[in-house]
Amino acid sequence: MEDLAALARIELGEDEKKDLLADMQGILEYVKQIEEVKVDVQPSGLNNYNVWHEDKADAREFSKELIIGQFPDSQPARPNGRSGGDGIFLKVKKIL
Amino acid sequence: MIDLKSLTIKEARKKLDEKIFSAVELAQAYLAEIKKKNKELNAYLEVFDDVLAQAKMADERIAQGESSPLLGIPLAIKDNILIKGKIASSASKILENYTASYDATVIAKLKKQGAVFLGRTNMDEFAMGGSTENSAYGVTRNPHDLSRVAGGSSGGSVVAVVADLALGALGSDTGGSVREPASFCGIVGMKPTYGRVSRYGLIAMGSSLDCIGPIAKNTEDAQIIYDAIYGPDILDSTMITNTTYPKISSKKVIGVPWDLVKDKGVDPKVQENFAESIKKLESLGFKIKDISLKNLEIALAVYYIIMPAEASTNLARFDGVRYGLHKDGKNLLEDYMRTRGAGFGKEVRRRILLGAYVLSHGYYDAYYGKAQMVQNDLKKEFAKAFESIDLIATPTAPFVAWKIGEKSDPLSVYLADIFTVTANIVGVPAISVPSGFLETEGKKLPLGIQFMATHGAEDALFEVGKRFEGI
Repeated sequence: MEDLAALARIELGEDEKKDLLADMQGILEYVKQIEEVKVDVQPSGLNNYNVWHEDKADAREFSKELIIGQFPDSQPARPNGRSGGDGIFLKVKKIL
Repeated sequence: MIDLKSLTIKEARKKLDEKIFSAVELAQAYLAEIKKKNKELNAYLEVFDDVLAQAKMADERIAQGESSPLLGIPLAIKDNILIKGKIASSASKILENYTASYDATVIAKLKKQGAVFLGRTNMDEFAMGGSTENSAYGVTRNPHDLSRVAGGSSGGSVVAVVADLALGALGSDTGGSVREPASFCGIVGMKPTYGRVSRYGLIAMGSSLDCIGPIAKNTEDAQIIYDAIYGPDILDSTMITNTTYPKISSKKVIGVPWDLVKDKGVDPKVQENFAESIKKLESLGFKIKDISLKNLEIALAVYYIIMPAEASTNLARFDGVRYGLHKDGKNLLEDYMRTRGAGFGKEVRRRILLGAYVLSHGYYDAYYGKAQMVQNDLKKEFAKAFESIDLIATPTAPFVAWKIGEKSDPLSVYLADIFTVTANIVGVPAISVPSGFLETEGKKLPLGIQFMATHGAEDALFEVGKRFEGI
């Protein structure tokens, strides 16, 4: 359970680990019945095929306003004019 | 005063066009009902503050002589469908304050028609559940018996329609999340063919299974909503077109997998109600054929491998960096762990872990790989079955709505999906239509019958639904 939690990047308390382990055992016991199923096909991936489309440009709405509109925290130009030339800052969350 | 109880979308359209009442008056009537009932039912997580402004705009369009089926019609929207500028939380703490920066395609289509969005409705967190008990914002109650669940995951949308808090609604259906609550609450819920309705702007759970579907008082209204939202969309690469699947001429033959319907896990009274429904269908001229699909009984196991696998992948994006809740740790990895530990509810954590397990090295082939092979077999079995039948009928759920908190074992809740998951695994359309009531503890609890059709044959579902309702 600890390995799974680490893999899934989820912090779990000790009690919850025990609870989830019991739940998972029950669920896995149920889904395990697919082991008994006889299938007469290859893995589905082998039945996939590429669908080719003409390489043509479709008209799509794509503008500076549209992009800016997707940043709710976009800011107008700073008073000192440091705006990267566009008059607008796009505020994004700090990553590190 | 507008009689909301008997009002349908079709009738409201007529009355709006004839100026018997205005869109603003209609919206006000619904807002008054919401104020009266929502605290008890918990159908809406948020009622929008611009409802009357939306209705006023609809009235202006009507005044100019415009008319479209949903112009001025008040609708409820599940909390996992994006409306630009509105919060879309998927009933999760991790997205509590996430504001959508664009419209889902279905919302854009409804806005074009002039529909009025009343608010966003409660659901199981990230659509994971069949009772709306997994919402981070409290359970939604069944209007037929407040001590019982409404079903889920689209419980809020369904209750909004049943309790006259909206004239219609949108839900999403990954394994029965529109049909099962519709059955538990006695209205119509429909899951279109996979790829018929754009998923763009739907917060994903199981991307190969997710469908947005209409919820309404009757089949005719469900068809009106469906007609407004379906159609190709460049923003969803899995969309189908009208020519993807061949047109089927109706032969009026309904297949019934009696071996599954008579399974010991299905309430005998549900079986009885279903048998009566089948007799009614025979009286309508439908021919009933007993069918046996080899892998039908295994569909639920397949679903509970494929769905968590996809869900764990989809929900990996919620790490506290780009969206919603953020919990600080000592380093970036700890940020992720703490944010996801605090932000996701128990059922979501359970499914993410299950998904991580079935996809992990050493188990992938035994679980996910095998599930895909069985899924492929099921698709072939369905294609073969639909060569000789037009529809497949089953009960929508194996039992009526259960008491809130009654089912503590997750597997017992998963079993409620036994009849509905197959349509998602195979990708075919399905509809749940009310089929009567079951009296339990002095309360009349609704039951539903489910019809599945072959890919692209939504018309056959609407036809049988209307005829069944007409009995």
